[in-house]
Amino acid sequence: MYEVLRDCLRRNEPVVLATVVDTAAATGLGAKLLVRRGGQSIGSLGHPGLDGVVGRDALGNLASGQISLRHYGPEGEIGQDAVTVFVESFSPPPQMIILGAVDFSAALASLAKMLGYRVVVCDARAVFATAQRFPDADEVVVDWPDRYLSRVAAELGARDAVCVLTHDTKFDVPAIVTALATEVGYIGAMGSRQTTERRNVRLREAGVTGDQLARVRAPIGLHIGARSPEETAVSICAEIISCQTGTDVVIPLSEGSGPIHHHGRAS
Amino acid sequence: MKDVLDDIERWRNEGRRVALATVIDVRGSGPRGPGATMAVSEDGEVAGSVSGGCVEGAVVTEALEVLAAGSPRMCTFGYSDDEAFAVGLTCGGTISLFVEPLNW
Repeated sequence: MYEVLRDCLRRNEPVVLATVVDTAAATGLGAKLLVRRGGQSIGSLGHPGLDGVVGRDALGNLASGQISLRHYGPEGEIGQDAVTVFVESFSPPPQMIILGAVDFSAALASLAKMLGYRVVVCDARAVFATAQRFPDADEVVVDWPDRYLSRVAAELGARDAVCVLTHDTKFDVPAIVTALATEVGYIGAMGSRQTTERRNVRLREAGVTGDQLARVRAPIGLHIGARSPEETAVSICAEIISCQTGTDVVIPLSEGSGPIHHHGRAS
Repeated sequence: MKDVLDDIERWRNEGRRVALATVIDVRGSGPRGPGATMAVSEDGEVAGSVSGGCVEGAVVTEALEVLAAGSPRMCTFGYSDDEAFAVGLTCGGTISLFVEPLNW
């Protein structure tokens, strides 16, 4: 079973592994069920009824990318706790799509890779959008940003990010309009206050509503005084993390109180 | 899990047995969430981590015992005043791990 799990992980294929981690019975500790997308499964937790219920719950976990401890009766009964099952879903990595093949994009691509993103850099200009300039990107695409985004729109979800670094209205506006039509969790756009103002006017002219505009983080990033491409990448990634964890007010830990660690996300 | 695949591959190719320790529950403050995995080879080599370095030493001991016994176990590390000198997270949380031989 390990080999199947390993191969799924290497291919970034979503898969769920369920393990009996506590049981009232004398045997069965460590029993495993591996559930793949589509519902095919390998192994058994010790009873077909338990396999059926956990398999169904596992598919629910797969969709949401969650990791949880669940309790069942010995034959999969709900509301009992004779068996504790650790259900671990392995989701494919989140995606970061960086629009604009500039120096800031290279630094952002490197940092995003470190954070576990699958990184795509897209720019319409073939001289700039080259794999040599973005060695850390998983994919470098020569295309109009809005056209590329509409091509991958269905793949984008809450864990993904679109970073618009072109700061050229003619690229930015159609790209942001297209990004707003997706379920992507984070949209940020680079530019000075003036560029942002000008772009907002154009976005409204393009039919973007006030609520939609509120989804766009512009100017992109947290205000940490960043200047260099690398510092700016830290500022952008820090903002994405704070959005993903629902940390609305960002302050130094030394000035706050309350818990530091969030465990709401799959790791 | 993904970060320990290469080490596991190497150990297994060399004929070394492997144990896995996985965080299954965290209460209170803890640096790594459920799903964090550490792999331990039978001669004590380590890949991955399950905390900020607080309990890894004790987890290696558990993993080697699990390999020797051939059966999995759950273990919990936490802090309380009674066991101030016991292994725990300095941040005050409690973590539960499932430690198992990689024989599946």
